[in-house]
Amino acid sequence: MAPGASARCARCNSLLCRNPPNSIERCLALTVSSLFLFIVANSYAFLRFGTPGNMRTTTLVTGVVSLWEESQYLLAGLIMMVGVIMPGFLIVLGLYVLLPLYLRRRVPDVGDVIRLLLHVREWAMVEVFVVGILVAYVKLANMAELVPGVSAYAFALLMITQAWTNGSLEPRVVWRRLAALS
Amino acid sequence: MLTARDAGLAVCHDCGQLVRLAGDHHHCPRCHAIVHLRRPNSIARSWALLIAAAICYIPANLLPVTVVDALGKTQGDTIMSGVLYFLHHGDWPLALVIFTASIAVPISKIAMLMYLLVSSQRRSVWRPVDRTRVYRIVELIGRWSMLDMFVVTILVALVQLGFFATMHAGAGAPYFGAVVVLTMLAAQQFDPRLIWDAVEARDDR
Repeated sequence: MAPGASARCARCNSLLCRNPPNSIERCLALTVSSLFLFIVANSYAFLRFGTPGNMRTTTLVTGVVSLWEESQYLLAGLIMMVGVIMPGFLIVLGLYVLLPLYLRRRVPDVGDVIRLLLHVREWAMVEVFVVGILVAYVKLANMAELVPGVSAYAFALLMITQAWTNGSLEPRVVWRRLAALS
Repeated sequence: MLTARDAGLAVCHDCGQLVRLAGDHHHCPRCHAIVHLRRPNSIARSWALLIAAAICYIPANLLPVTVVDALGKTQGDTIMSGVLYFLHHGDWPLALVIFTASIAVPISKIAMLMYLLVSSQRRSVWRPVDRTRVYRIVELIGRWSMLDMFVVTILVALVQLGFFATMHAGAGAPYFGAVVVLTMLAAQQFDPRLIWDAVEARDDR
């Protein structure tokens, strides 16, 4: 298959496989960017809200903690999974697969890790959370003072880098590169 | 059309490797996933998860998802009353976003999956391409119902103004989260190739 070409299913015309140019290198660069953005996004507040004497700030994790303190354990666990743990796990797994491939080194259990990565991807919902920030922003804008924090922008960029990685990562290209190593 | 199944081959669900089938149990030589021609008990598992989702859908919509304590009064808001609030205040773009993500997406997803399951069980040969497209839509939109749960989390964390306004998550919120997860799992269990098995069986006759 030529670089940039794609194949489609003969029955339902669904996309089967593509061969994006420089797939591995591009995905690695995007995943490293995602790592830094993920750290920034989860370390700082994404919104400040309140009256001048009584400002509240929140990160995604402190939001989960306040749900937990209200005994909303199920919801707190779910938000923690799809908002923090799965997106972070996705970055770690991506680095484990892509970095050795880029350096042309072999690492153990890479097949199982790629399989895990494809399943984790479905449960990482950064883009839904970014729209959630927007909706919450509009809802709260008239109630009191509301200031977006640096983490809101980091989340928006993280949404872009993760979507871009998912679009550029073609498992078949990864498998071919792995096969070429051995 | 010669299919892989006719040739005694199956494709790995996870990595796309072609595996020659011989005997009962197969593992993909590349990624070690279990290989099946069709997901086992696909329809029964998908039904079970979907029915559980439909049951959770009722308390998710009847119970409040947020509770506000403001100036000594307590007010619960269901998903629908939240949408109506913004509609009455002329904020229809926001009302539309919340309506789409929290009401239209979950209900149409449950309806579409039920239709796919019933039509596959009845071995329908009607418009298989469009039904496959319906399945892809279900997979694509499922995650967006999570939107309201993220919004609830942000509101609960931020709206803590003491006597003036304090926001809590309502009893309906975990049910709503359960609907999202259960419908996503139900969609994963459904095997879209079942749609085409019926078509192939007709063509062979």
